[in-house]
Amino acid sequence: MITLPYLVAGWLFLVGCYGLVTSRNLVHTVACLTVAQSATYVLLLAVGFRAGATAPVFADVPVGTRVVDPVVQALSLTDIVVSATVTAVLLALTVQIYKRHGTVNPDELRALQD
Amino acid sequence: MTRRSRLVLFVIVAPVFAALFFLAAQGLPSFGSEFHPYGDRAVEMATGQRATANVVSSVNFDQRAIDTLGEEFILFGSVIGTIVLLRPAPEERETGLRSAGRVLPTTRLAGYLLLPVSVLVGLYVIAHGQLSPGGGFQGGVVLATGWHLLYVAGRYTALRRAASPTVLEIAESVGAAAYAAIGLAGLVIGGAFLVNFLPTGRLNDLLSGGTVPLLNGAVGVAVAAAIVLLLSGFLEQEVVLRQTEEPLAGSSISTEEPLAGSSMVADDAEQR
Amino acid sequence: MSPTVQALPPLLVVVPLLAATVLAASGRVLPRLVIDTVSMLSCLLVLAGSVMLLNATGSRRVVSWLGAYPPVDGSSVGVVFVVDRIGAGLATLIAALVTAVLTYTWRYFDEVESYFHVLILLFLAGMVGFALTGDLFNAFVFFELMGAVAYALTGYKIEEAKPLQGALNFAVINSLGAYCSLLGIGLIYGRTGELGFAQIQRALAGQSTDWLVLVGTALVFTGFLVKGAAVPLHFWLADAHAVAPSPVCVLFSGVMVELGLYGVARTWSAAFSPVLPAERLRPVLMAAGVVTALVGAVMCLAQYHLKRLLAFSTVGHVGMFLVALGALEPAAIGGLAIYVVGHAAVKGALFLCAGIVLNARGSVDEAELHGRARDLPATRVCFLLGGLALAALPPFGTWLGKTLAEDGLSHAGFGWTDYLLVGVSAVTGGAVLRAGLRIFLGAGAPPGTRDGTRGSGEDPETTHHLGRIPVTMLVPIVALLAGGLILGLVPGLPVLAQDAASQLLDHTGYAAAALDGISAVPPPAPAASWTLSGLLLGGLSVLLALAVAAVGLYSDRLRRVFSQVPTVVTLPFRALRTAHSGHLGDYVVWLLVGVTLLAIGLAAT
Repeated sequence: MITLPYLVAGWLFLVGCYGLVTSRNLVHTVACLTVAQSATYVLLLAVGFRAGATAPVFADVPVGTRVVDPVVQALSLTDIVVSATVTAVLLALTVQIYKRHGTVNPDELRALQD
Repeated sequence: MTRRSRLVLFVIVAPVFAALFFLAAQGLPSFGSEFHPYGDRAVEMATGQRATANVVSSVNFDQRAIDTLGEEFILFGSVIGTIVLLRPAPEERETGLRSAGRVLPTTRLAGYLLLPVSVLVGLYVIAHGQLSPGGGFQGGVVLATGWHLLYVAGRYTALRRAASPTVLEIAESVGAAAYAAIGLAGLVIGGAFLVNFLPTGRLNDLLSGGTVPLLNGAVGVAVAAAIVLLLSGFLEQEVVLRQTEEPLAGSSISTEEPLAGSSMVADDAEQR
Repeated sequence: MSPTVQALPPLLVVVPLLAATVLAASGRVLPRLVIDTVSMLSCLLVLAGSVMLLNATGSRRVVSWLGAYPPVDGSSVGVVFVVDRIGAGLATLIAALVTAVLTYTWRYFDEVESYFHVLILLFLAGMVGFALTGDLFNAFVFFELMGAVAYALTGYKIEEAKPLQGALNFAVINSLGAYCSLLGIGLIYGRTGELGFAQIQRALAGQSTDWLVLVGTALVFTGFLVKGAAVPLHFWLADAHAVAPSPVCVLFSGVMVELGLYGVARTWSAAFSPVLPAERLRPVLMAAGVVTALVGAVMCLAQYHLKRLLAFSTVGHVGMFLVALGALEPAAIGGLAIYVVGHAAVKGALFLCAGIVLNARGSVDEAELHGRARDLPATRVCFLLGGLALAALPPFGTWLGKTLAEDGLSHAGFGWTDYLLVGVSAVTGGAVLRAGLRIFLGAGAPPGTRDGTRGSGEDPETTHHLGRIPVTMLVPIVALLAGGLILGLVPGLPVLAQDAASQLLDHTGYAAAALDGISAVPPPAPAASWTLSGLLLGGLSVLLALAVAAVGLYSDRLRRVFSQVPTVVTLPFRALRTAHSGHLGDYVVWLLVGVTLLAIGLAAT
């Protein structure tokens, strides 16, 4: 029973969260969010692994060769694009926050305190 | 919360989360197991009926093409969103672009030499998505890289004239619309939305996989335009920030940490 | 099932997407009128299609396999849309609200070409897709489409500081929640090897409830409950709602938040119910609901920022929705369905009124606006009526839904929830009435200055301060209120809603429809109708709301008494206010607290 690769995903997620919690710079915050998201890639790909199998591409291996799960790879691909584009929106917000608040330190953003 | 209390709460809750995740992972099949029912069906469908050698492309652009439609429009929406967020505020309207500064001849030469290579690679990756790892998303990004090689070579103003934001927005919209339109064509011809209605050909032929290459092409156009739009949006912000704002003392973004990677403006500043 | 009906579900997603690309490509050259017309037409098409689907899903479901991969022996490689009454009803609600928003914004945001319309149409497509899909990963994709567009819409007013911070908090917390969901999807996929709700359900059937199932479902639910603003995952909501353009708030409060709860209900019933019995989920949802309702109500009273006040009243209502959902019984969920629609109409009207005040007076601060909106008679009537309707004034849809939910909860043995539902609707309605009376009638004394998020100094959303209120802004408000009123008067609606709820909870029927093509008819629901005691409770909550408003307006003396209350008593309230710090790091910790509590809660019961 091997579960270590799955646990890497949990570790990455928590590391990302730690960064989000302690961040002093929104650019760093956004990067930490992508670290937390990379946990999802690791988990999906680990779940889809098949021991001793090759990539699910039949360009140079015959049909019937043992391959790893192609579905999780497709999901990860979608996930990556989502991550990249949401990151762009977040960075755009960060740029504007810098202009309007004069800082990108979350500790100094006080416009929404209740 | 203060920084300290926030951290304390995190230190309490994180181990609990870790323990829960550990327990959950024990319930998964052992790493590398043979249990992949959906994956096996997808492989069988792709290599058999659909004649798509790259099974990942078959899943992305055929079997679960609706996911990729959504993904394509997340990209589209994010680009529109970024354009909206980075639009010039009223006081920034006057900002013009500075002309390129001095670029080292070797940099320029490298840019020119690499441009055709990257365009060719980009087109190849898009066109072979049904056969080998790659496809519209990957190839589109490579194409966009080609554009930025010209940027590095110092041809920014010429580039802006050749591919204005308007042109790029149209290209992005057309690419995204083409994906949806191919889906609709499936509905009209094949009776279901996003059905693979073209002849699938023979496995490993360049023209195989039915609508998979078409959808890849549509995505390629949209992605290339989207990435260029995104990056040029951020690069212009770099100019705006540098021209209009004194870096605040003690702020975390200073001139040493350019926001959008190395840009020609940064190079200029150093060379002068 | 006719092919036309089967083609409808994907068309409802694709039509707005295509319209968005057309507008994005040609927005620079098209005149504003054409842009408005194109977006309105595509939205009306979606509305018409949703109504057709609503008609087609009487006792059965509309099943549409995308890419024509019909299941063979109960398994398929494709993605399926499975539409039942609740799904079609949500799509109709979404399209109707977007229609109202597009009418209201006929004069809005002149400066930015067609981008606002493009974003709204994408938002529409994302929400409709989420309501119709029958696949776990596909739901994640539409969830993210909704999200990505919503973040940009929240930060739309880039000239101001607050919207940007609100949008960032919203974006980071929602994205993190979505990644929790995706981790959960990964765990569930590892166990079942499937992604479709129905396939997962069949793969899980007969398995034991182990940690993987508990943690996996808790993670999946976390993403939805972040969207659904359950305490302690709700912090982003007030930040985002307070600062987003008012018409966008209509969609956020009216339906996006509720879609989060729908996600929980749908994935539980269609996919996880074989291994996660109702007895496990019920106490968790109920506990979360009670806490959320109380936090929302308390925080709502403490606000002087009009839109933030409305946002916290949404939190309060979401708490009540969670309680009703937590019964996991057709009668309570049938009432909930009506309550959600009624709330969307009323809350939508209130946000649009707030938008008019902002555009006419340049502020949404209750103290600053004291008596300054006296000369907006139409808005005044609508706002106060909306406040009463929010407090469940019979015969508004909010009242009908609430009373049916109360009855359902009582029959299920949760009679104590009557007090909660009456109390929270009275407090949130009362807070709205207090603000309305103060702003539109100049009642009471202006509240003293205090800390916290204020609503002054915000830029209007139209190019100029409005002189006369254009009729395109008033019509949707009146229409929403009228819709909320008519909803409570439709004969037979309680029975229809209860049928729809039975269909939502009928997981074997769902799987049979999706995978075997069998449309089983669920047993007819017993006759449901409102009762006299329900009418009295509605009257009671309205009276209480008026009392709350009066106390808020004329209670300087009372407040002085309160200030002498020992700190031990006020401490929780102050701590609660401090917790809403606007700080991203805090919110992330709370999210982690939420996900662990959810998993432990599911395990402990």
